[in-house]
Order: sequence, then C-alpha cells, then structure tokens
Amino acid sequence: MLGIECTAHTFGCGVVSSEGTVLSNTKAEYVPKTGGIHPREASQHHAAKASSTIRDALKEADLRLSDIGAVAFSAGPGLGPSLRTGATVARMLSLLSGRPLVPVNHCIAHIEVGRMVTKEEDPLVVYVSGGNTIVSAFSDGRYRIFGETLDIALGNCLDSFARSLGLSHPGVPKLESLANEGRSFIPLPYVVKGQDVSYSGLLTMAVRKIKDSDPRDLSLSLLEVAYGMLAEVTERALAHTEKPSLLLTGGVARSPRLQRILESVCREHSSRFYVVPPDLAGDNGAMIAWAGYLAIKEGLTAPIESSYIRPKWRLDEVEVPWRG
Amino acid sequence: MTLIKKGAEAELYRGKWQGFDVVFKRRIRKHYRNPDLDSYIRTSRTSLEAKLLSESKRLRVPTPIVYFVNLQNTEIVMSYIPGTPLKKMIPDMDVASIKQYFSTIGDRVGRLHKGGIVHGDLTTSNMIVKDGNVFFIDFGLGEYTLDLEARGVDIHLMRRTLESSHHEVSKIAYNSFISGYSGVMGGETEEVLRRVSEIRRRGRYVEGER
Repeated sequence: MLGIECTAHTFGCGVVSSEGTVLSNTKAEYVPKTGGIHPREASQHHAAKASSTIRDALKEADLRLSDIGAVAFSAGPGLGPSLRTGATVARMLSLLSGRPLVPVNHCIAHIEVGRMVTKEEDPLVVYVSGGNTIVSAFSDGRYRIFGETLDIALGNCLDSFARSLGLSHPGVPKLESLANEGRSFIPLPYVVKGQDVSYSGLLTMAVRKIKDSDPRDLSLSLLEVAYGMLAEVTERALAHTEKPSLLLTGGVARSPRLQRILESVCREHSSRFYVVPPDLAGDNGAMIAWAGYLAIKEGLTAPIESSYIRPKWRLDEVEVPWRG
Repeated sequence: MTLIKKGAEAELYRGKWQGFDVVFKRRIRKHYRNPDLDSYIRTSRTSLEAKLLSESKRLRVPTPIVYFVNLQNTEIVMSYIPGTPLKKMIPDMDVASIKQYFSTIGDRVGRLHKGGIVHGDLTTSNMIVKDGNVFFIDFGLGEYTLDLEARGVDIHLMRRTLESSHHEVSKIAYNSFISGYSGVMGGETEEVLRRVSEIRRRGRYVEGER
C-alpha cells in the first residue's frame, strides 16, 4: 500500500505492508521564508518535490510501482492547494499502476497509525498539530469528538508565538528550551469551555506581552497555560468516556513537556499512556497508506472522476467500518 | 468518608457534616500544572461554584444545598442527592420520557440563562435524576453572564454531548431541549440559536450549515 500525504506543509510518501510494517516513509517539507504557510507556495513546493519523494520511497522499500496494491491519498481536511496537488499526484499514480485509488481522512490516519504502532485497541485519542486540536474516542462506528479547539490549533498558537519571538522553524522545541529557563509565571488567559479549548485569546495576549516581559518567563507561561488547558479537557474526556488508555498523536505529540503532562493525567486515572513515535507523529505518507489499507479492506475506493478533495472534512463525519 | 467519584478536577467524598448527608467536593492539586496557575484556578473556581450553586436555587433550578466553603482546602460541602446520573438512564428511556426530561432540562437552562448564569459544562453526567426531578451539579466552569456567546457555547456543548454520548436519540432530545428552553427565553431563543450554529461553523472543518 502506498500513501500520499499532502494537506499542509509536508509532502510525504509512505509504503506500508498489510501487516502494518512501515517499509519506507519519505517526506519533503515546505518552510516559508517568513510568516506562516503560504498556500500557493506550499502547493508549488509539493508539485516540485513529488516525483523525487515518491521515487525515494519506492527505492527505500525496494519495490516498483507495479508491486503496489493500491494508492491512498489524504483527501482532507487541509489547505485546498496542497490537497489538490496531492490528489493529482495520487490519481496519476493510480492511472499509471492501474491500482485502485483510496481517499483517506487525514485525522483518521493520525489516529490509525497510532493504533497500528501501539497495538492499543480502544484508546482515547489526543490529536494535536499545527492544524488540529482534537480529543476523540471511538463509539458506535465513528471517532466522536469529545473536545476540540473553538478557534486556532495548539500548534498554530505555539508556532505563531515562536515566530513573534523571532525563533526559526520549527518553533516549538525552541520555545520549550526557552521555557526551561523560565522562572516566574505570568498570568495569561486560560480558556476552557466545557470540553473545548480556545487558543486565539491566549496567543494575542502572549504576543502583546512580548515587549515588556522576559521571553523565558513568557514562553514558560504560554506553554503551561496552553498544555494545562489541553490536559484539563483530556482529563475530563478520560473521566467521561472511561477509556483504558490514552494515545497522543500529531506533530505536537513530539513535545516532551506535553508528553509528561498527559502521562501524569493518565497516572491519576490509572490509564495507560502511549505516544506515537516521532517519525510517525508529524504529517507523513505511511499513516495515509495504513489508513488506506484499512479502508480498502472494506472496499472503500473512489473512481478517479469522483475522487474529490474535501478541505473541511471533519473527523466525526467518517464511517469507520474496520472497527466494527 | 468514602470516595464516590474522582472527576477531572475534583474528588467527591460522601460523608456526614453536622448530621447532614453531604458531599465534599475537593479540588485537588494538579502536579502537572504550574503551582501559581494551579492555585489560582482552584481557588477561583471553588468560590465561584459555591455562589452559582446557591444563586441557581434562587432561579428555581434544583441544585445541591451549599453548607460550607473552605477556600484554604478548595473544598465545598454540599447536600448529597440520592439519585442517578441522567447519562446512565438515557439508554433505558423511551421516547416519551426523553422528550419530557429534555424539555424540563431546556426549561431549567433557560431559567439559568435568563437569570444571568451559564452552567459551562452541560453534560448528561452533570444532571442527577431523583424522583423524576433533574438536579444540576458541577458549576465549576460556570459564570455570571448575560453574554450571547456564553449562552451559545452552553447550548452548543449540550448538543455536542448529545451527539457524542447519546447520538441515537440526540435529535429528539435536542429538539425537546430547545422547546423547553424557548418556553423561558421566548423571543431571545432565535438569537441564541443563531449563535449556536455560528459557533458550530466556527469549529474547524464543518461542511456548510447543519
């Protein structure tokens, strides 16, 4: 199974076997010169890097295109221009190889790759990245959303703040090492609404305080508040759903501080804590390939002419028949 | 004292206080949280929750009676409600009782909103049914406000809880809830519902209006 990931700043290609072994997982990342992702520039980057990334993936897996059983691609959610580029590449691969095309929901892929590597049957999932902040659990045929951000994503908030401090990409690790030197806590807006969080006010206030605060203290405070909010809604969801374990996935899953915090939440609720390994945490093609494999076993393929992208495809709209 | 529930932010113990059958709600230290942030959150929520519980009674919304508040221990002592969480009852309910319960719940949330209170965490685990009467508990995320946004979020959360935990009856329950709610809120209902669908669309990746 081959998977093409192309929702935001990463073009990724992964090859996964039907036993869930990652044979290769190559990627090319678009890094803007200034500011955040420029959607058109990102898609141009992806178009330019697609063929070499795919070639490398096949070479590393020691396979030819004709050896592939099917082609999966991330159909959404994500940035339109990136999604269209990825979908075009995937359709071409499908036509070239004569293999079926499988559209995959990007969020589902983050969750399923986590279940694949941890072998955990039914965890509560915390999915945090630059574009998503979702607390979800499987119930009656779908991944239901128990908590999410009401505005910007956690990764978005931290990245934007890191850029405002003048830190280069990737910002979160640098923010965390700055925070390790922080001494005093600066009050910032802590916004939890029921099971949901809101990060936009926190970001605005943190940026406003840059000019008259110690950046180390401010980084510490921002991270403590941002992660604290997530930990609180996670804990509520854990108490509410009574799931036996927690799975942390998505790009921000790489944060050691966040891992420690959620691990401590789990300890208090006697739940097992799992985190997706770093190479599968951020956007990647292997996760798309694996989710595509689960889908094709259920016959979920799409004819080329109706393989539309869905930029606003919500996680809880997707039927998940492979989990009975 | 026996531990009856270890919630997300507090531990609930059942015991006796001055001869009354009570629940001790103790907000516990979160070791993963920065100590300053932690103590601020615990103290302010304890004091606000105690006020909201009492104030809600004045709006004729059934809540536990607050007997004592200890801010040093971030603890509230309140009456014990010998009932069952609504969440556990819904799977065995017929359509008629779902309609009746949710219309009552809508009426009570309407009274809170009209009286300047939002609950902040309207889940079916936070509603206790005793002799057919619905008690509201856990005002830990509540606030005093007449703000349209806060009211909208309150209703949005109710709807989300129904969809995630009780999706097989969520439409009936939600419609009954809204009819009860509009009975109190009258002409203001429409404005709140408009905000609810706006909040829903604001969430990431909602395809069109639903």
